[in-house]
Amino acid sequence: MTDPARLAERAGFIRRETVRLIDIAKTGHYSSVFSAAEIIAALYYDVMRLRRGEPDWPERDRLVLSKGHVAVGVYPVLADWDFIPAEVLDGYTRLGNPLGDHPNMRDIPGIDFSSGSLGHGLSVGLGMALAARLRGLTQVRVFVLLGDGELHEGQNWEAAMAAAHFRASGLCAVLDRNHYSLDGDTEDVLALEPLRDKWRSFGWEVTEVDGHDAAAVAKALSAAVAGAATPGPPQIVIADTIKGKGVTFMEESRDWHLGWLAPADRDRVLAELTAGSARPDAQDA
Amino acid sequence: MEAKLDPASWSLRTARNPSFVAGSVLSDMASADERIVVLTADLEYSNGTHDFREVWPERFFNVGIAEHNMMTVAAGMAAVGLVPYVSTFASFAALVCAEQIRTDLAYPGMKVRILAHHSGFSLGYYGTSHHATEDVGMLRPIAGLSIVAPCDASSLDQCLRQTVDIDGPVYIRIGRGRDADVYGADGAGAIAGAAAAWRFGSITRLRAGTDLTVLAYGATVAPTLEAAIEASRTGRVSVGVADVHTLKPLDTEAIVALARSSPLGLLVAEEHNIVGGLGSAVADCLMTAGLGGPLHRLGVPDEYVPVGPPTHLYRHYALDSEGISAEIARIAARG
Repeated sequence: MTDPARLAERAGFIRRETVRLIDIAKTGHYSSVFSAAEIIAALYYDVMRLRRGEPDWPERDRLVLSKGHVAVGVYPVLADWDFIPAEVLDGYTRLGNPLGDHPNMRDIPGIDFSSGSLGHGLSVGLGMALAARLRGLTQVRVFVLLGDGELHEGQNWEAAMAAAHFRASGLCAVLDRNHYSLDGDTEDVLALEPLRDKWRSFGWEVTEVDGHDAAAVAKALSAAVAGAATPGPPQIVIADTIKGKGVTFMEESRDWHLGWLAPADRDRVLAELTAGSARPDAQDA
Repeated sequence: MEAKLDPASWSLRTARNPSFVAGSVLSDMASADERIVVLTADLEYSNGTHDFREVWPERFFNVGIAEHNMMTVAAGMAAVGLVPYVSTFASFAALVCAEQIRTDLAYPGMKVRILAHHSGFSLGYYGTSHHATEDVGMLRPIAGLSIVAPCDASSLDQCLRQTVDIDGPVYIRIGRGRDADVYGADGAGAIAGAAAAWRFGSITRLRAGTDLTVLAYGATVAPTLEAAIEASRTGRVSVGVADVHTLKPLDTEAIVALARSSPLGLLVAEEHNIVGGLGSAVADCLMTAGLGGPLHRLGVPDEYVPVGPPTHLYRHYALDSEGISAEIARIAARG
């Protein structure tokens, strides 16, 4: 059963750990993780079929981090699932540590595919879904976390066409629609809307949800995709989100795609995040 | 109403390119190996993979004219345990998809095999967009990628069977489907037992010689053999021939040994820009071994290939048997 308070608490954990890890690296993608924190929490703590300590379980659900720069928010979750030792987090991005800004599947158990180049993940997920069907792994669902800015990449739309053509029912994309890419509002940089119509016209079934209501995200994702057993249209959940969600000055400035918080600001941010996750309803404030 | 056609008319969908055996070989392999799937980007009739589709329709994916997606879908399939073979023109495989090959196939070590056909300038008058005279140079620095160029149907068959289980992706550079038989039963000029000698990762010595050794791969192997036979017939120079089909990992030890035993040096004949191809790789390995040459080169001299029928272009670049013979004669005359 979905536990909204638990999911909100885990989203807070993801944000706080992101601040801690980026403090080690001295640069990182705070606001891109903050917009996706409830999505990550919903996937790992409600939706996906996983086995603790068994990152290679063949029948697990897969997650492709197409917006690979969200990885810093996923690594603490992998440790929480006993996929990687917790102490590895402490050496984030340091020479000899496997955890980089973009994830490497060869060195990090629990990462289902390496990423970093935007626009590739939907193709990876489609390949996984088709392979799962061919291999008879019909319970396996493949989730792809897409950023909105990366939808500028044409390969997404090649994959979108192909997923509908091959009736990849085991594939579910979740779009972190935080409205911002590095250079500004996506509608100013290169307009994406109308996104719902675009995906529908490509043959996908579309669900729209408040991306900061983790329980609603979980419900939408679980309802969207049952598995690959019966071929049918692929699914996308468009999660409306706020870049930098949870930290007032990040939400207001939109300048925090990449950066570092010096100690005083770091502590201020952690205080706000701690207060926020202590009151799950504050997420909607 | 059915058109009445001149018997000489032909269409891509009905014509057969005899050395495009990948579709039928993979179809055969697939009956014992359920991991094998084939993808193409609207070129199943150009590359013969429809032979596979006809037997294994559920394991064949035509993704349309979308090569980036094809490469990365194959990567996702490999991540769930399949062994996908993707197929398209070499120019699109290597140049269009260099990033997908590096980031999605080689870096994560995916067992994807790329059938890169119509390599070099074998598409002749279709023009530079359809030529791949840079692919070997572009792909050689990609760590974890194997590059192999079987020169005929028999060696392509060997190549597919020998590389199915090797780690990481494999770029299989093949010709235009009408490649001269070298390793088969009718392989003119091949030394006895050559087909059995084709081994991924090694050079294959097709002919022994004591003065000069020619290193060839792909479409230059057959004319090189003819030229070497012609040279020995005239008695002026003894020319060895090695098929350097495995361009990465390169059999550097064997190449250095050939250089040491060839007083007139090595001649590299390749359907590729002389920048970055086998000649460059051989220069690397000779210098690293402390050898200074001589190293002679035949290839495309860092330019775009003009329009023309392929056979005319091989003559233009001295990559047919007459051109290679002439180069051998020049090297012999210089002593």
